[in-house]
Amino acid sequence: MDLKETWKSSSCGNELPKKVPPDQQSFPSLNSQQHQREWEDPSLLNYCTRIDQQFLGFNQRPETPPSAAFNPNSQLKIPDASKTQDWDPRTMLSNLCFLEDKIHQLQDLVHLIVGRRAEVVGRSNEFVPQQQQLITADLTSIIVQLISTAGSLLPSSKHSLPLVNSIVTQLGQLDGGLFPPGSGLNGFVPPHNGVSKVEDQSDQIDPTNVCGPEQNYSVEENESKDEEDADDGENLPPGSYEILQLEKEEILAPHTHFCVICGKGFKRDANLRMHMRGHGDEYKTPAALAKPHKESNSEPMPIKRYSCPYVGCKRNKDHKKFQPLKTILCVKNHYKRTHCDKSYTCSRCNTKKFSVLADLKTHEKHCGRDKWLCSCGTTFSRKDKLFGHIALFQGHTPAIPLDETKGLAGQSDRGEIDESPNKVARIDFNFSPDTSIEGGIHNATNSKGNLDDPAGYFSPLNFDTCNFNGYQEFPRNTFEDSESSFSFLISGSCNYPRKTGGESGSNDPQ
Amino acid sequence: MKKQKQTHVPSTNYFDLLSEEIVFSILDFLDDNPLDKKSFSLVCKSFYTTESLHRRALKPLRSEHLTKILHRFPCITNLDLSLCPRIDDSSLKVISNVCKNMLRSIDLSRTKFFTHVGLSNLVVNCVNLVEIDLSNATELKDPAAAAIAEAKNLERLWLGRCKAITDIGIGCVAVGCKKLRLISLKWCLGIGDLGVGLIAVKCKEIRSLDLSYLPITKKCLLPILELQYLEDLFLEGCFGIDDDSLAALKKGCKSLETLDMSSCQNVSHVGLSSLTSGTACLRQLVLAYGSPVTLALADSLQKLSMLQSIKLDGCLVTCPGLKAIGNWCISLRELSLSKCLGVTDEGLSSLVTKHKDLRKLDVTCCRKITHVSIAHITNSCTSLISLRMESCTLVSREAFVLIGQRCQFLEELDLTDNEIDDEGLKSISRCSKLSNLKLGICLNITDEGLAQIGLCCSQLIELDLYRSAGIMDTGILAIARGCPGLEMVNIAYCKEITDHSLISLSRCSKLNTLETRGCPLITSLGLAAIAVGCKQLVKLDIKKCYNIDDAGMIPLAHFSQNLRQINLSYSSVTDVGLLSLASISCLQSMTILHLKGLTPSGLAAALLACGGLTKVKLQESFKSLLPRHLFKHLEARGCVFQWRDKVFQIIEMALRSTFYYLQAEVDPIFWKLQLEDVE
Repeated sequence: MDLKETWKSSSCGNELPKKVPPDQQSFPSLNSQQHQREWEDPSLLNYCTRIDQQFLGFNQRPETPPSAAFNPNSQLKIPDASKTQDWDPRTMLSNLCFLEDKIHQLQDLVHLIVGRRAEVVGRSNEFVPQQQQLITADLTSIIVQLISTAGSLLPSSKHSLPLVNSIVTQLGQLDGGLFPPGSGLNGFVPPHNGVSKVEDQSDQIDPTNVCGPEQNYSVEENESKDEEDADDGENLPPGSYEILQLEKEEILAPHTHFCVICGKGFKRDANLRMHMRGHGDEYKTPAALAKPHKESNSEPMPIKRYSCPYVGCKRNKDHKKFQPLKTILCVKNHYKRTHCDKSYTCSRCNTKKFSVLADLKTHEKHCGRDKWLCSCGTTFSRKDKLFGHIALFQGHTPAIPLDETKGLAGQSDRGEIDESPNKVARIDFNFSPDTSIEGGIHNATNSKGNLDDPAGYFSPLNFDTCNFNGYQEFPRNTFEDSESSFSFLISGSCNYPRKTGGESGSNDPQ
Repeated sequence: MKKQKQTHVPSTNYFDLLSEEIVFSILDFLDDNPLDKKSFSLVCKSFYTTESLHRRALKPLRSEHLTKILHRFPCITNLDLSLCPRIDDSSLKVISNVCKNMLRSIDLSRTKFFTHVGLSNLVVNCVNLVEIDLSNATELKDPAAAAIAEAKNLERLWLGRCKAITDIGIGCVAVGCKKLRLISLKWCLGIGDLGVGLIAVKCKEIRSLDLSYLPITKKCLLPILELQYLEDLFLEGCFGIDDDSLAALKKGCKSLETLDMSSCQNVSHVGLSSLTSGTACLRQLVLAYGSPVTLALADSLQKLSMLQSIKLDGCLVTCPGLKAIGNWCISLRELSLSKCLGVTDEGLSSLVTKHKDLRKLDVTCCRKITHVSIAHITNSCTSLISLRMESCTLVSREAFVLIGQRCQFLEELDLTDNEIDDEGLKSISRCSKLSNLKLGICLNITDEGLAQIGLCCSQLIELDLYRSAGIMDTGILAIARGCPGLEMVNIAYCKEITDHSLISLSRCSKLNTLETRGCPLITSLGLAAIAVGCKQLVKLDIKKCYNIDDAGMIPLAHFSQNLRQINLSYSSVTDVGLLSLASISCLQSMTILHLKGLTPSGLAAALLACGGLTKVKLQESFKSLLPRHLFKHLEARGCVFQWRDKVFQIIEMALRSTFYYLQAEVDPIFWKLQLEDVE
């Protein structure tokens, strides 16, 4: 009878939500959704992230480094370039020979590829793509060399070099696109003759990578300010300033300062001046080492503003509502951000993409960590921003990270799911009077860490009902009578907990 | 049963003529004693049903029988689970499934083991919940707060000491529970400006807000003070609040009636001066343990025209400050200067002569005042209801006569550790409304004075005679005869007290607290009398009653089924007595130190048999004598162990072999001398 009643009530409980008006009903349903998410999460999400991480290892490299990686190659050619400055026909000739050589190599390679294509059709071997990659890498390197050498043939190397570099960069980017995303150059030991080259490249990646971000970062900081300035503050009347427009290639060139003697490129003018000292004593004078623009300060310099080379852009001088950019840095970052591919992907979230490395770095600082989440799905990097958002909108509420709702921190989701039946089992063990301790110990070894969980030690059917049947009646007994039975019970009770090995024998007399 | 039915059927049951509503309203009058309703329900089946339907509030002892009792009482609206040592998610599920929409209030303070899952269940099923108390749920985290946020009708929420809840969790509550009128976040150290600020922004209905000990600053104070209906604001121990933040008060919080700024170290009179302009309705102000009560501070509060009560406990007080308070144009009803340094006759006298309407005055430990102050107090404040003056040791014995002569409306009088003598007591016996009398450590009083109290103060509820050495059986006898309504009696260390006192006290059927610590002459016989006579006994302290043994425990176990707390240390109780006590289902707290006759096995058995235990004080030595799993199991049932490692005091005394200490332990006069030596 009792049982039926409880059953009825519980069934009532199930029906209840249906009767509730719709606006309130939404909450339980929402809740259940959350739970579902909880359960789906461990299997699905984990899997996803793992895959993503696998990709990551490869993805990152091919997309970012190639542009940087090939730069050193072009720098290798710089001695040639320096010679060209003097317009030496002999060097010109040797360069042309070099070019010829390279073109032959190129031809061979292309032949090879064509040959392979035919072969490949037959076999679906796994290292076919790898070989293809190697060939493509070779190809790229040769083309790069070609271009750089060709560039050095131009009469004035000063202007040509950035151009070359930019072409190289573009090519590199293009190249990065050519590679299939699932494969990469790094950490991969090819069973092929291209070994040396590939490794070379990977070696060269590092230094450029290291110096890249810090340089870019400082640029980014200045630039964001500058851009704001340009937007908010000054409204220079058109014509009151000189408009400069750098070409796309110039903008994308990594270096802005070049040595007039050797052509070496620098990211900072100060470093170039430092470099110049090596070219002779005349560059060591204080005047030469001083900041160049300070001299010219005496004359009123015309205000310079910059135009974006991209036609149709608001920052382009031909635009109706032209808004000039303040500095070269602004131009650079503007161009990269608005008119270039976003090639830097965040390694944490794998969704955010950036075209300026510094932007990625800034994002990565906040991505994933300290994510303040609103129920509407918006995330905030700062808690006060989230609370400001919630205060502003009706019905939005702070969302609690999923891992917190799961309770036990530090344990893997999978582990927790696996353990839960274990817990139940252990409680069952405790229910039965004979094996309570044995069960506890046994399970404790099974799932370590649960030992301290009080739930495991709790059994609603207490020890007194199992092992101490006598006690509850005891106070109603007369005192003298119970003494003997008492001592027996006590001894039993003592044996039971003390010998943790599970003395089922002590309970036998029952 | 059958016979009864046959006799009943022909005769008309007059109760059948009464409608249910009428019976209900009769039952409404049975609220004083819970046992009365029980008796009523045991009369017959129809009474049982009627009573079951009538019951609104329930305070169960265990969670095991929740299903049954909730089915028995289907109309429960208020459920107090604070006595259940263990409430887990399944218990909450049972409650939510059975009570459903009926449930309006649930108290889960002091219970453990439930999580946000259970709370969520409860809140979703019991949509009419108005009140939830989750104080002390230190394990609860933000998900629990998010679960609470689903209680759309919630008006009152206590989260005291929920230290793991952060701004995020309280943010959910703020957004979800729009109807909140009261929220207590005392000691929720994880909550800061953002969470509190959001509450102030989202819950516009808030009347009472307790933010004590939160790391908040003025950032959240601004939106709080814009709350239209805010009446009570508690900012105790908010170190982040300073004068600068209080400047915001100038804009005003017109509805504010109570403000507690105790222990706000960074608030001075400068900040308080902004109170006067903005908070016109302020009635009660608590500035305990704050900045010194100087002239400047008193002046800054001068314009609070509605102020009735001010508490300055523990502040440094200056004479000009007190005088300035005396010059306020309002008339205070309540003044507390407890533990204030610097309270002198001059200052206090000038204050009390102006505030003639004082109802409550607390000058505890104002050690500088003498009979001059008492004369002024009694002269001007004749309508005093409560006077607390513990440890005003310079007040001479004659002064106490004045109290009886002039303040006859006194209901509460604390004269602990004073020079009062029998003449004083006789005079005080004129206060016929006296319900709470504390005469602890009054070494000059004897049975003669106390007997007079017993004769005249028939409404006495609480009597404290701790270490009042002159009191013997005749005094207690007079009290027991004259004050049948006694609920709390403390005769600790009155070494002359014997079983006769206890036997006479057993007439006081409402007695719920008895402390006879250190009365060596009391035996099991006296205790048995108490057990039989005082069935309401809840708290019992028989520590150092060396002559009480198992024979006293057995009647206690039989009759005192309401006993919740017992201290047995140093008594002669053994395993047997302890085991019999275990049958008291209410028993929650036991202190069992230095029981010579207690064996580990006996202790283990008693602990296991006593299912409702929440707190046990034990000797450290038992920790190693009993298996770890036993303690684990008991802790899982909701019991907390406190381990003490004190040497058995008699042995300690013997070792020191000084008569002085032995004397001091038992003899209050020596005890006090020793105390003064220390000082």
